[in-house]
Amino acid sequence: MNTDWFYDFPFKIPIDLGAIDNAVRTFSAKYDSFFNVIRSGLNGFVNSIYNILNFIPWFVLILFIITAGWKLSKKVSTGILYGALLFLIGVAGLWTLMNETLSIIIASVIISLLLGFPLGIVISTSDRADRIMRPILDTMQTMPVFVYLIPAMLFFGLGKPPAVIATTIYAIVPTIRLTNHGIRQIDREVIEASLAFGSTRLQSLVKVQIPQALPTIMAGVNQTLMMAISMVVTTSMIGATGLGMEVLIGVNRVEIGRGLISGTAVVIIAIILDRITQGFVQQSEVKTDGQ
Amino acid sequence: MDNNILSLRNVSKLFGSEKNKALKLKKSGVDKDTIYEKTGVTVALWDATLDIKEGEIFVIIGLSGSGKSTLVRCFNLLNKPTSGQIYFQGEDIGKFNREQLNDYRRNKISMVFQQFGLMSHRNVLGNVEYGLEVKGLSKDERYEKAMEMISMVGLGGYENEPISSLSGGMRQRVGIARALANNPEVLLMDEPFSALDPLVRKDMQFELLTIQRKLNKTIVFITHDIDEAFKLGDRVAIMKDGEIIQIATPEEMSEHPADDYVSQFIDSADKTQVISVRNVMITPNSIVRLKDSLNYSINTMRTNGVSSAYVVGKKMKLEGVITIDDAIQARKKGLTISDILIRDINTTSPDALLTDIMSMAAETPFPIAVVDENNSLKGIVSKVHVLSSIL
Repeated sequence: MNTDWFYDFPFKIPIDLGAIDNAVRTFSAKYDSFFNVIRSGLNGFVNSIYNILNFIPWFVLILFIITAGWKLSKKVSTGILYGALLFLIGVAGLWTLMNETLSIIIASVIISLLLGFPLGIVISTSDRADRIMRPILDTMQTMPVFVYLIPAMLFFGLGKPPAVIATTIYAIVPTIRLTNHGIRQIDREVIEASLAFGSTRLQSLVKVQIPQALPTIMAGVNQTLMMAISMVVTTSMIGATGLGMEVLIGVNRVEIGRGLISGTAVVIIAIILDRITQGFVQQSEVKTDGQ
Repeated sequence: MDNNILSLRNVSKLFGSEKNKALKLKKSGVDKDTIYEKTGVTVALWDATLDIKEGEIFVIIGLSGSGKSTLVRCFNLLNKPTSGQIYFQGEDIGKFNREQLNDYRRNKISMVFQQFGLMSHRNVLGNVEYGLEVKGLSKDERYEKAMEMISMVGLGGYENEPISSLSGGMRQRVGIARALANNPEVLLMDEPFSALDPLVRKDMQFELLTIQRKLNKTIVFITHDIDEAFKLGDRVAIMKDGEIIQIATPEEMSEHPADDYVSQFIDSADKTQVISVRNVMITPNSIVRLKDSLNYSINTMRTNGVSSAYVVGKKMKLEGVITIDDAIQARKKGLTISDILIRDINTTSPDALLTDIMSMAAETPFPIAVVDENNSLKGIVSKVHVLSSIL
């Protein structure tokens, strides 16, 4: 008996992969001028952040981190530890590379917040929008990054602009999700109360819903930041310079020391930024608890 | 519309998508649960018609799921009814545009919530100020008004406290202060005291009555506690499965319950809070006049099988009471009724509640005399009558 059909699908749809490639290329060529505007805009944005970071003397930034760590954890030792770690990056000769990496992270996070926060609010007000957005957000989070790394490169060329785009696509999701979640989980009676006293929608949103959702929203911002940092090495593959590029070169050339030192620097940045934003999350929690 | 401040006319509220189908089923007499099974539509409120008078406390009572919270949210359109009209001072509020509706909510009607609905990111003052803030009052006006309300509900000195540091009772005081700060004409209260423990609840009920007397607001009060309903309500509406079954004063309701459901509900209540002396008093069958002879009075008491008789003067004016023993003694000595008359006796008015005369009834050796404002005898209440009316 022929059992081949157990293991073979009855038919195959011929997918013309070449056509998809061509379509993307034609699209990028056709709207080249449009993408150019975005590219130069993003470039300017990242570079100005980079210039600001470079303008700040190293000890000022370290002092700032020490104070922030101290104030948020209420322990001087924590602040000093953060400062010492940052100092290590500097003496390892990675300070400018760190600034470069930071400028991409900061640019991506700012764009994520500017887009994600309003989007999260919109989704929170409409169940239909929530249903439509959920699979899109799932896709953005689970699609292998490399898949959109290449189109990003096609549209925006090599360097920082496609890195910012790719990082934003990946990192924006928690901001949208947690803004939505934060607003939806507010006690129904609290929102009813705001409406029962004759608030307009905007008043209810600004005076009640956003402040009530703030701890959750801040947790989303923290997540976005962490995810942006996790993209540092990946985006170096499309030419984003900085600590990630150092790691990539280290790996490619089997220069273990080079990779290890730069990798450690990324970890230090991640820890410091995580703890400081966590501190903000806790502060906003304390505030909504009203203490 | 005479003095009706709020009126509902055939108001229904259905939740779900296949409303038209559900509406048809409901009209053909299918019950709520079957409609839900067939269409997935919840009939939360059905054909509610009622009038609320200015200055009264109108209580809506029902078990959970009976539609009382849905009903109260119709008054400020937190729930938009599926059909029917809602009138505030004769105006159809369903026809309000957004601006008019906000205006109505800001100035005419406010609400107190079961779980308080307080904003945890604001302190006591910030919460009480909220309604004034959305209204656009200046900071100074807001502060002044809010502080006045805070001290009225007895929270003076707590204005800068965070909500999380307050007890349940104090939180609901904040809720009440916030609702009153707008100086509304109607106060909607959705089970405001259900989340509080019994002792605090009693305090708050008392306080609410005090505030009501002082400010004379119209209050629509939701509860599932029949004692609370009868204690606070000038009139009570009882709800079951989204429909209003009876609207009456507590007294009427306990005297003439509309159906078995209502009487079951009332059976769980403490009736002494509701029933007044008028309902249990009887006309005494042994009354003697001051000028009657002792022989006559002894005979009257004997025929009626009682050991004491009330003595009245002109126009049924109560003079006192005599006992049969005294009368027999007095007849031997040749005295008159006025010589053996006991003048120091307990009296009560026909409008007093049973709960008020309980201790008196327990102590007095004679039945309690019920007299009107002119001190004329209207009836008597004995221990037996009090007891039998409760059981």
